[in-house]
Amino acid sequence: MAKNSDTKNLGLSRRSLLKSGAQLAGAGLLPVALARNAFAETYPALGTFPAGSAGASVFVGLTTPLTGTYAAQGVDERKGFELAIEHLNAGHALMKKYSPLTTKGVLGKQVTLGVADSEAKPNTAVQAQTRFITENKAVMIAGCVSSAVAVALNKLSMREKVIYLPGISGSNDTTGKDCARYSFRECHYAYSAAAALAPELIKTFGKNKKVAFLTPDYTYGHSVTSSMQEFLKPAGWTTVTDQVAPLGTPDYNTYLLNIANSGADVLININFGNDAVNSIKQANQLGILQKMKLVMPYISPFLSKQAGPELMAGVYGTTEWWWTLSQTNEMAKMFVDEFKAKNGYTPEWGAHAGYVQVALWADAVEHAKTFYPPEVIKSYESGRKLTTDMGEVSWRAEDHQLVRPVYIVKGKAAKDMKSPDDYFEIIETVAGAGVMQKPDAFGCKLGSAT
Amino acid sequence: MLSWPNFVSQLFNGLALGTLLALISSGLTIIYGTLGVLNLAHGAMFMMGGYAGFLAFQYTGSFVLSVIIGSLTVLLIGVVTERLIIRHFYDRPPEDQVLVTFGLGIVFVELVRLGFGSLARQVNPPSWGAGVVHLGFLFYPAYRLELLVIIALALAVLYYILYRTQLGMIVRAGIEDAVMVDMLGINIDKVFMLVFGIGAMAAGFAGIINAPVLALTPDMGDDILIETFVVVVIGGVGSFPGAILGGLISGEILSLTSMVNPAYSQVMLFVVMTLVLMLRPQGLLGAKSRT
Repeated sequence: MAKNSDTKNLGLSRRSLLKSGAQLAGAGLLPVALARNAFAETYPALGTFPAGSAGASVFVGLTTPLTGTYAAQGVDERKGFELAIEHLNAGHALMKKYSPLTTKGVLGKQVTLGVADSEAKPNTAVQAQTRFITENKAVMIAGCVSSAVAVALNKLSMREKVIYLPGISGSNDTTGKDCARYSFRECHYAYSAAAALAPELIKTFGKNKKVAFLTPDYTYGHSVTSSMQEFLKPAGWTTVTDQVAPLGTPDYNTYLLNIANSGADVLININFGNDAVNSIKQANQLGILQKMKLVMPYISPFLSKQAGPELMAGVYGTTEWWWTLSQTNEMAKMFVDEFKAKNGYTPEWGAHAGYVQVALWADAVEHAKTFYPPEVIKSYESGRKLTTDMGEVSWRAEDHQLVRPVYIVKGKAAKDMKSPDDYFEIIETVAGAGVMQKPDAFGCKLGSAT
Repeated sequence: MLSWPNFVSQLFNGLALGTLLALISSGLTIIYGTLGVLNLAHGAMFMMGGYAGFLAFQYTGSFVLSVIIGSLTVLLIGVVTERLIIRHFYDRPPEDQVLVTFGLGIVFVELVRLGFGSLARQVNPPSWGAGVVHLGFLFYPAYRLELLVIIALALAVLYYILYRTQLGMIVRAGIEDAVMVDMLGINIDKVFMLVFGIGAMAAGFAGIINAPVLALTPDMGDDILIETFVVVVIGGVGSFPGAILGGLISGEILSLTSMVNPAYSQVMLFVVMTLVLMLRPQGLLGAKSRT
């Protein structure tokens, strides 16, 4: 159902248009801004350059699902973005740790954020981002909880020559496959999650297990299922059934009965968002969780909060980030504290991915010293070491995937939780470089950026 | 997955799924049959029943009380909505009616989102519904078995109201010829209000009794609404027995197709709907046309 996105967009974009209009007028009076304009114009016009960065502020467009199955994750991601933009504009200490060249804003320009509801639908996201690009001259677009949206926006970003940062996207197809030239993925994904998790599963449960998969029917689901199968096969794990269900299925009983009758030892559930909550809850009611071990290879933010520790205790999976990193890492602690103070709850990985992406984008632009997209891309691709709350990371130039650790977690029982949000124990941190597919796995050479 | 035990399990599951769809659809279909209004806010009624019950459960801790309070709340919402808005649209073209109910649906969903946020809410099954029952041929959640009985009872009550009471007689006469009923001195206006309320309550009741199965989210009604439409189209628009037959058929299609190829179970639903539309456009139990 088409929901409220249109009305929301109109209100927001009108306001931000007025705002940027006023700022444009103001900027014209400042000789400093004029000098910067003259500098920028040494590069040819491309995409929204130089129009998007001619004024005293730049616009970035964010589309996340604010309604539908992935709404909770989308809202969290948006809040991470909002905090990052706020920190950028204020020149906050945490932002400067990620992007040491940052003073205030990006290249001295304040950043304005426009938000629209993608409903986790590719068409809706493309429409909204197209408006942000044409009407607001966005210098960067971002946001995704469903990889189907990331794949669509990858293509839009290449066509419009605007940098795109996906957010939450677990499909292997998001980087590499379409030779996406303009997008950069921060989070871990199907292949790296499977490569990191499989050895742990084999170590824990043994060899030659029978597996049932519950797979959401789109690029993310199929991608995770096939990666898990690839890494479990050598240990003799066989797939006895793969139950494919559409995104937003209200009743999983039909699929779960097939699983209950399949004789599997392990249930690998790929579902995300509310689909994950409903499918786990219904699996429990069918008595499946008493018979089979549950594995969630790509854990959805807020899953434990919604499903509860009774169902999540002992469940293995991977996550992009978990808030207990703040107990050992100063940057993570700053992020958790700042986020909690602003939003009143402990952030999960949607918010984290949102924040880090914006911070690393700011770092890339500051090093490029211009918003001209090919230079920003070159800066991303330089292989520079980056300081984050996950340790030192870097972008892989060949497919624009961040080389970053994968966290393997195990659900805690209620009695072991030290605080209300203490749902997971990080049992292992797997270095990113060893668990990524070859950069040319899809046969892509990214080539020229123009 | 094509084994005898699994086939029987899925057949049974189709029945359970089908009765729920039948209950929600019967609300949609009696509203359309009587008032001639296609209520696109019906999914929102289902959702609000769930949330009203959830809220009642937080305060009372009693599942039975939550079901009663949840249903009555949606009855009230239905009646108020009919009085304030819907009745002004009886004489307007169908597209206006569709637009206003669609808009109402959005308003209801966003109001609930404003109050409760997007995180899923849980209602646990009552103590008498916990656990799994071994039926010989399959394991089935105890609550879902009880749900089957509860829904069957609810449908029986609806049937009784429609076919064995004076109100029901007036409603059915209203479906045939509202003007004539009005001329006979019956206050059709009041009847319309009640029918809209009862139709909404059927969805609201389904929303709260199904809450232990399906986590509550503000837009949980959207997907159900679509399936409900399919049920009504298959069974025959405006026909109460049609809604039940359509519900059972849809439940079985969803369940049985999943054994062969789970990815096609939703697709098959629409294939069957298309076939029905081609071969019998008024639906399986629908009347030829409606005045």
